[in-house]
Order: sequence, then structure tokens, then C-alpha cells
Amino acid sequence: MSALIDIRDISVGFAGRDGRTREVLRNIDLAVTPGECVGLVGESGSGKSTLALAAMGYLKRGLRLLNGSAAFNGIDMFAQSRQELERIRGGQLALIPQNSGQSLTPTLRVGAQLGEALRLHSALPADRHAAKVVELLGHVRLPDPESIVQRFPHELSGGQQQRVAIAMALAGEPEALLLDEPTTGLDVTTQAHILELLRDITTERGMAMVYVSHDLGAIARVCTRVVVMYAGEVVLEGSTRHVLKSPAHPYAQGLLASIPKLDDTTLPIALDGRPPAPGDAGAGCAFADRCALVRDRCRSTRPQLVPSESGGTARCFFAREAGRQQGRTIGAAPVRFSSGETMLDLDGLSISYARPRLLDQLLGRGTDVPPTVDDISISIGKGETLGLVGESGSGKSTILKTIAGLLPPAGGAVTAGNQALPHAVEQRAPGQLRQIQLIFQNPDDSLNPRHTVADILEQPLKLYFGLAGDKLRSRSAEILDRVRLGAHYLDRLPSQLSGGEKQRVAIARAFAAGPEIVLCDEVTSALDVSVQAAVLDLLNDLKKTQGTTYIFVSHDLAVVRALADRVAVLYQGRLCEIGQTDQVFEGESHPYTKVLLGAVLEPDPDAAPTLAADDIVERAPPASGCPFQRRCPRRLGEICDTDTPPWQSPEAGHFIRCHISLEDLNAA
Amino acid sequence: MTEIAATSTENTRLQRALGVLRDVMARPSGAIGLTLVTFHVILAIISPWIVPYDYRAMDSLSMLNGPSGAHWLGTDHLGRDVLTRVLLGGREALLVTGIATPVAVIWGGLLGIFFGLVGGRLDEVLMRVVDAFLSLPWILKMLVLIVTFGTGIEVLIPTLAFFYGIPVIRIARAATHDVVARDFVSAARARGHGRITVIRRELLPNVLDTLMVEGAMRWSWMLLAFSSLSFLGFGVSPPTPDWGLMIADARGFMSFAPWGVLGPVIALSSLIIGINLTADALAKALGIDRAQKAPV
Repeated sequence: MSALIDIRDISVGFAGRDGRTREVLRNIDLAVTPGECVGLVGESGSGKSTLALAAMGYLKRGLRLLNGSAAFNGIDMFAQSRQELERIRGGQLALIPQNSGQSLTPTLRVGAQLGEALRLHSALPADRHAAKVVELLGHVRLPDPESIVQRFPHELSGGQQQRVAIAMALAGEPEALLLDEPTTGLDVTTQAHILELLRDITTERGMAMVYVSHDLGAIARVCTRVVVMYAGEVVLEGSTRHVLKSPAHPYAQGLLASIPKLDDTTLPIALDGRPPAPGDAGAGCAFADRCALVRDRCRSTRPQLVPSESGGTARCFFAREAGRQQGRTIGAAPVRFSSGETMLDLDGLSISYARPRLLDQLLGRGTDVPPTVDDISISIGKGETLGLVGESGSGKSTILKTIAGLLPPAGGAVTAGNQALPHAVEQRAPGQLRQIQLIFQNPDDSLNPRHTVADILEQPLKLYFGLAGDKLRSRSAEILDRVRLGAHYLDRLPSQLSGGEKQRVAIARAFAAGPEIVLCDEVTSALDVSVQAAVLDLLNDLKKTQGTTYIFVSHDLAVVRALADRVAVLYQGRLCEIGQTDQVFEGESHPYTKVLLGAVLEPDPDAAPTLAADDIVERAPPASGCPFQRRCPRRLGEICDTDTPPWQSPEAGHFIRCHISLEDLNAA
Repeated sequence: MTEIAATSTENTRLQRALGVLRDVMARPSGAIGLTLVTFHVILAIISPWIVPYDYRAMDSLSMLNGPSGAHWLGTDHLGRDVLTRVLLGGREALLVTGIATPVAVIWGGLLGIFFGLVGGRLDEVLMRVVDAFLSLPWILKMLVLIVTFGTGIEVLIPTLAFFYGIPVIRIARAATHDVVARDFVSAARARGHGRITVIRRELLPNVLDTLMVEGAMRWSWMLLAFSSLSFLGFGVSPPTPDWGLMIADARGFMSFAPWGVLGPVIALSSLIIGINLTADALAKALGIDRAQKAPV
């Protein structure tokens, strides 16, 4: 079958500050036939999105086409007039962007937006548009499409918005779809549902798809062929099975090894270093600096893409050797402490965001809204790592904020090392403040862009230890060294650091206080997988040397599995299950834990997620009964709505809060 | 970790300011704008020493003469040299707005940051007062004050500084809201830093960028307002030369002596365009996208 998307020898670049042209894409060929889904993977900055957009004849501002062509259906996209491009884009060739919440018009109802897409890109007569809109929304499996039509984008959840974006892309009956990280930022359960939908759509319609993602788990689920990109080049290409099961390139191997896996109890292996900046790759192989198999030849000669023996093509002189290396190395074992001492105790914590309305305030009435987080009692041992998991909106971060004193609870108590902590941060003693440190999700947001690394590290040192002058500087350098950054980083601004380096600085700032308890709020979710592995490794090392107690919040169960001693599962701000990591992941579990575990994607073409519950998003917890009552696939009946489920304990230290008896939980 | 090649490791405040200046000058809008502004400021300072005539010297024999060797831009209806008066006509405007702009940005900025920090109901109520104030036409409010207190620099500076500080409140408040919601502020609070430290170290550096661009914008608006007041006869009093006043005086003769209007109009608009271009380049150099913000 002839290729629908046919990119030949394309090179794209921009003019650097020194006037030199810096290439973002280097001589890439890509052909996609109908019915095929090609995955583009690589770290951020590898050029995968640029390549996908080039297929539409679109380049981001400042980029120029240096060489080659991009054809769609035999039409050269870079030679088309504006009108011609407008006709093709969105019609025959549709794009589904990463954050569709931002790409939908906030002031237009969903129905009107879809209607507009139909008007522009469909041959359907106008009087049949309304019916078609409902049909499209049903097609992307949105419940109750008739009511969705009337809603505004902000009234939908992230997953629903993404479905609307997909429906919009399908409106013009496209022959090809370009997907740019379509599930990044969505909950695991939502992501699994969207991927199933995309899989079914391609098979049903025989469309060609280009799927850009850094997530090999998602790629494994939808793609038939994978192209691995590095520094603007294709380094490995082959069927999904070949690339994921026997990658014939050291980079692809490194990427795979850096992904935490659900059945793996060791830490993922970090891929050290970072890719060269555009235009900085030398004469040899771009990956040479980070490669374990590097020889002299790699530094002087650039390898070509050649067929490898395991199928597919690889850009490596030692592809055969690389293939044999697979699966040899084992990651570091997570540090485990077992001391009986309690470090942090949460007792009946309840947190409410709802502010009483003016009328209620005047009448002295409380709100009848159930609190966002309720009845959280966990006690965490010294040196223990507690994983806190749940979907977005489950109250994970809220609990951390309350422990840190940023959000006073409505009820309950926080005790740290036998001392009851005052609720508000302003009332806490300096010692109590130093004891607990918080690391945020996104270092772009948690580091002041106007402060140098030295400024950032000096703040806790001055505040808690009163250091000054040379002592302050040398101590900062020492701390920086502990997160494996050199002293020359001290005078840099956050904007001069990479994402992983920024997060290291944020970690260094937290550890500068010499804390006993470190609260980690999704600390790796804004990072590339390769960088994530390095950060997890660092946290593990710091625990080894400092004996720190961690509370580790994450939506990624595989990450939690790798690091945590104990896991607490939250739904709608209420605990569902708590226990040792192995007990939660392998033993009997709460129906909600089962749903979460089932939705985890593995970078394995044979692993299919099980989709037990709907991916609807609830905005508020139910007033009574089990928090999971509305989505539970194993609902018993009325008892779930009315009675708070009892704690049941299948083993010492393992607790499940469910009405279903332990025997029945075990049976399923 | 690999080294970042050739990044400056010096990040002092001066270095940053110089870097921003370089960035402004590297942009066409910044280069043109800053050149225009600098040219006007220098001219305003040295003009008393370089003008060819006395600005008051009337010549009844050469009234409304066209451009000639003796009078490059011709003469006005009293026979005064237009070039002399154009060269001197920006001094008053630049002096008044040059003082009133920083005053406006400082008081408006401080109040805006305060509102932004306080938040809640007090902030809502006070902002509605600000909105109500902004909804009145500016010229009306200003004329009321000037009619009450009289004209002259000592009234004009506080009047302009007062009225032009009010929109700054809005901007400063919005910028504060943006910064306060960011995690580095939460991080500083969680560490236990005092309120003042958090404002001074975390908040101010980030809000100042926005205020600087806003100040440049306010300056150009204020110049326009000052010239409008002069045009209406409430600004500078004759015979002191001023562009607004000159345009008012010469507009009656525009059909047969257009040079009288053209000179001050070009001078005034080149200065305002220069300030706007500079503000534009500054916003881009500082990474603040003004195009997305409301023009209030």
C-alpha cells in the first residue's frame, strides 16, 4: 500500500544566536500507510513533535525547512497555498494536541464547536449537523452526548475534553491523525480509556496515525511501528514488538530500563547525561557521550541507519552487541529502614476547601458540604517511605499541604516526633519548620526565576542555621554536591538549567534544612522518564545517608512500587486501603486499587490494561457511605451508599475499607 | 551532567539589567524606540543653548511665513520662530510626566500589590471602587481637579500621578495574584519566612518587571494627556512653548500655514511612538507578553 504520509529526507533548523544554522531535525524519512499507527518516542527536545507537525506542513515560529519534503496523499505540504493547507488540515489530516482543554474555545458550547468543525470540513448538509454532533460524541464514548452538546469546555473533565477534541478531529472524516502526547497529564484510568478508544478508531476506520509520546507504555498499547528519535535523528525504527522486546540501540535500551515497571521491586536505571543541544552534536554518533558501548569509532564517524538482525533498522555500529546487552543490568534496591519509632502521625485529619456562604455565616450555620479530605489516620515510622496514591482530585497534595502547615485542617491533629504541630505554619517553632520540608511537582514553578541557585540554597541555610559569608557559600556547594551538581551551578538561574537539574536544586533546597520528614508532591511527573529514574535514585540515596522519612505522592503506581515501604490508596479524600507495598500490590485489594492497578500501562505489547470502572470524574465526595460507591465495579447495593465501610485486615499491617468480605475480595 | 557551553555564570543585578538592555537594543522596535526617546530627552536638556531665536521674540513683519533659510520651519501667527518653539516645546511635558510617571507607578504599584496580597472580600470591594473610577472619562476627572486647584506644575504633577496610578493598581494586583499562586511563594511560606521577606525576596522581583513595562506605557499615555490639557488651555500657560499649546494656536491657520501644526505634531508623535516601541521591546525582552493583556 502506498504511504499516506510520506516525509523524505527532511531537515529543519533555526538560526542560532551566533548566526549558525542549528538543525532540529536531521535527514529524516518517515512513511505511514493507512491502517498503520507509528509511534514517535524520545526525550523532550528530540524533535518528535516537530516531525509530527512537519507532516502537516507546519513549523513552529523561527524554524525553517532546510531540506527534503513532506507529502500527504501525494501533495507536497510545504508547497501549498494557505487556502489549500486550511482545506487539508483539520479535514483529511487532523491534529489532536496535548492539552486539548486549552485548544477548545472556552466561550463556545461543545455542540457549537463541533458544528463549526463540520461546517468547515464536512460535506454533510447543514440540517444534519446537529445529529452528527451527537453521533460523534457518542462515538468517542462520552456518556449522555445530548447533554454534553450544551456544555462549555470548562464544565468537562480533562478526559472528557480530550474526547471532545478527538470527536472534533473525526468530524472531517480524516484519513490521517496526528496525536501529540494526547494522554499526558491525564489520570491513569482516563489514559487507559482514551488509548482503547484511539485503538478502536484506527482499526475501524483504517486511518493512518502518527502518535507522539514520551510514554513507551502508551506507545505499546496503540502503535504498530515505533520510531525512536534522539537529538533530531532517527536512531531506531521497527515494529513495536522488536523495539520494546529487543531494542537494537543502546539509547532505546536506556529508555526502557529507566521506566519503572509494576512487577519490578528495584529502582529503574537512570540514563545519565543529556542529549546535545541542537547543532551541538559532533561528527560522530550523537549518543556517544551517554553510551555504555562507546568506542573510538563512535566519536569520529556518524553511524548510518542499517537493518539490524532483530528486525527494523538501527543507527548504531554495535547494534548486535546492544541487542545482547538487553536485560542484564538490575536497578538499585530501594533502601528500607525498619524502626518501630513513629515519626509522623496523622490523626483523624479532615480538610475542607468549602467556605461557608455569606447567609450561612450570618446565621451561624456550618456548611453541609462534605469535607474534601476526611478521616485520615496514618502513622508513619522513622525512616519509612509512605506512598500516597490516587487519581487527581483525591486529596493527595492537599494532605501534604496540611502537614506542611500551608492549609489548616478543619479537624484532626498532626504530630511529628511526639510534638503536636500547630495547624498554621506561622505558629510553628523554627525547629518544627526545619523538620518538615516540601518538594513540589514542577520545579519551574517552585524555583523563583529571579533567584540564582546560590540564592535558592542560601534561604534555608540562613533561616535555620544563621550561616553567612564564606561558610554559607561552601555549605551551599556541599549540598549541591550531594544532589550531584557541581559548585559551578551556584551562579546559574533556573532558566539556565534543564528540567532534571532544576528538580535536583529543589531537592537540594529541601535537604539543606536537614529535615527529618520530606514531603514529595509528584516530584517526577514533570520530568522525562530518563530524568525521573535519576531523581528517584537520588531520593533513594539521600534516604540512605540521611535516614529521612518520606511521604511520596504520585499517580504513577510503578514509581510508588519502586520506592515506597507502605502505600495508602486515596479516593475522594478518603482512605480506601493501606498496607505494606507488597500487600497492596499483590494481596487482596480494594476494588478501587484493583481499578488503578488494572489501568497501568506497561511498555510491553502483550500487556493489556483491564478497564474495570468508568473514567468519569466526580467533583465532590458522596455525603455518606463508601467514597467509591458511584464508580465501583463490584458495588453490593444500598449498603455502599448509606454505611461507611468497615476496616478489614487480611494480614498484619494491611487494611482495606470495603463492605465486601475478605473472602470475596480474594476470589475476584 | 554535561556542561552548558558558554553560558554566562555571572547573574548579578547589573548583569541582568545590561542583558535586558542589550536584548531591547537587538530588537528593531527597541532600537528605533530607544533612539527616539534618547534623542528627545537629550534635546529637551540642551535645547535652551542651541535654539536659533528667543522663543518669545515676535516679528510683526514675518507672520505665518513658510519655511526659509532664516526660519527652517517657518513662523507662527505672532512671527515667532517655529523651530525654536518645537525644540523647546517638549521640556515642560517631559519634566511633568518624567516626575509624575514614577510617582504613579510607585503608589499604584504598592497599593496593587497590597490588594493582591490581602485578597478576599476587601480586595473585591476596593477593586470595584477602582473600576468605578476607571469608568469615568479621564479628562472629566482631571478638569474638575484643575478647575478647583488651578493650573501649573505643582497641580499638574500630582493630578497626573494620581489619575495614572489607578490603572497601575489593576496591573500590579493582577501580577501579584499570578506570582502569589506560584509554588515558590508557598515554598517560602512553608519554610517559615516572614511575610516581609516573602514579599521582598519572592514577590517584588517578579512584579517589578511588569511594573516597568506598565510604567513605560503610562508615560506615553500621560504625555498625551498633558498635551491634550495644554491644547485645551489647562496645561502650560503662554508664552511658554509647548507642543499641545502650539497645535491649538496654529490649528486656525492650518489650511494655509500647515508648518505651524506639523512641527509640534511630528515632535509629539515621534516621542510617543518611541516610548511605545521601547515598552514593546522591553516587554518582549523581559518575557511579558503584553499582546495578551487587556489594554486598561
